[in-house]
Amino acid sequence: MQDAKGPDQLFQRALAEGEILLPKCDDCGAYHFFPRVLCPHCHGAAISWKQATGKGRVYTTTVVRRSQNRGGDYNVCMVELQEGVRMMSRVEDIAPGEVAIDMAVTAFVGEAEGVPAVLFKPSEV
Amino acid sequence: MTTELRGKSAIVGTGHAGFGEAHGLTAYDVMAQSALAALGDAGLKLSDVDGLFCTMMEDSMPALMAAEYLGIQPRFIDGTMSGGSSFVNYLTSATMALDAGLCDVALIVYGSNQRTASGRLVTASRPPAYEAPYNPRYPISAYAMAAARHMHEYGTTREQLADVAVAARAWAQHNPEAFERGPLTREDVLGARMVGDPLTVRDCCLVTDGGGAIVMVRADRARDFPKVPVYVLGSATASSHRQISQMKDFTVTAARDSGARAFAAAGVTPADIQAVELYDAFTINTILFLEDLGFCAKGEGGAFVEGGRIAPGGVLPVNTNGGGLSCVHPGMYGIFTVIEAARQIRGDAPGIQSKDIDLALAHGNGGVLSSQVTAILGSQNTL
Ligand SMILES: [Zn+2]
Repeated sequence: MQDAKGPDQLFQRALAEGEILLPKCDDCGAYHFFPRVLCPHCHGAAISWKQATGKGRVYTTTVVRRSQNRGGDYNVCMVELQEGVRMMSRVEDIAPGEVAIDMAVTAFVGEAEGVPAVLFKPSEV
Repeated sequence: MTTELRGKSAIVGTGHAGFGEAHGLTAYDVMAQSALAALGDAGLKLSDVDGLFCTMMEDSMPALMAAEYLGIQPRFIDGTMSGGSSFVNYLTSATMALDAGLCDVALIVYGSNQRTASGRLVTASRPPAYEAPYNPRYPISAYAMAAARHMHEYGTTREQLADVAVAARAWAQHNPEAFERGPLTREDVLGARMVGDPLTVRDCCLVTDGGGAIVMVRADRARDFPKVPVYVLGSATASSHRQISQMKDFTVTAARDSGARAFAAAGVTPADIQAVELYDAFTINTILFLEDLGFCAKGEGGAFVEGGRIAPGGVLPVNTNGGGLSCVHPGMYGIFTVIEAARQIRGDAPGIQSKDIDLALAHGNGGVLSSQVTAILGSQNTL
């Protein structure tokens, strides 16, 4: 993570190295996402980075309908991580319409629109 | 507890232009035609305008562009951009500016040519960095996910969502100004092309051209104009996020807060409201706002709208012009909620005119359920 300065850079740099780091407030102990220079809950400015557990649940989901010749339908969803933060993502390895609210999912670092991104797959039961 | 601004300003003119398709016109042309229409309605001239309240989708300094185009040098300008709710929000700043003597004639104005220019919903904002890689389709993916969560938590059905669109169309069928006036059934909505589950293309607002304008003055001179004045009794804003991924509870909007404060400012309750004009960008909006503004309990919005209960002849007149779903939706719809609410009170609504309306509500939504602004308008009887 050399040369990375701001919170966005730190997050993206870790992602490029295959790691998912989440910002956690030293003062109130709450996680937040997206990364920023202060805690949106208590407004403290002391932030540490923690390795994400990667465990989450689908909070809500949709299928973006797209014609076959432009790549077909795909999933867009909101995942709530065990750490209490939510992020937009998509669940892979299953059909977009099979992604369901409350489904347990596990994060991995993949690629979306040509950039490293947090993606999810259904958790092994 | 009402505020000191209750009834201090009045709408004395409304106007619109370019509804549907405004071929060959720019967004600023439509804006200017709307301004002229509203000023004509008020019996005023552009040279009388000394307060300008405007934002557009076109560039980063739209209020300045509008002033330049109109050939006016306003002494008060507000170009606050909170999305489609901006124009309801301007009721507050215009009332404050008028009351403080910072201007005497306030013009709120908007125009768009998005349909003839591009054929799709135009947005002036960049995709958020932590959402863009997943390629959500804005704004529908955000509203689709809100609808999905509402269905999951409260058992709201696609049929109930569809009934919102059917009711809007039923109002629009009586409104010669509305863009879509053909018949529409629940089956038509459900059977239409799915664009973002659970929403079909008929759950989505229109993509049209159009502009609107409102002229406001201090209440003490409001009766000196040709049309019956409509008073701003209360208006309030609330915002909960900008990016949909930052919305805490996808089933509860900041309208709960803006509504509560607007009702308190006006000193009335939802039961007093006789016409409700909501920003219905998608069918889920109407359900969410009816709940959050207090017309029904959380989770009961689906049942509240079911089977024509908000259609003509139902229990509550909602979106009496046909709304963004069937009347007009030129990118930002907020100003039309105010115009229709004002016309219902004046008694010259273009479609079905409800009898003896003294109190109407206009509610604007901006971003992706991000900004919520509620205004309560009243007749002379409510002062
Ligand atoms: Zn904190």
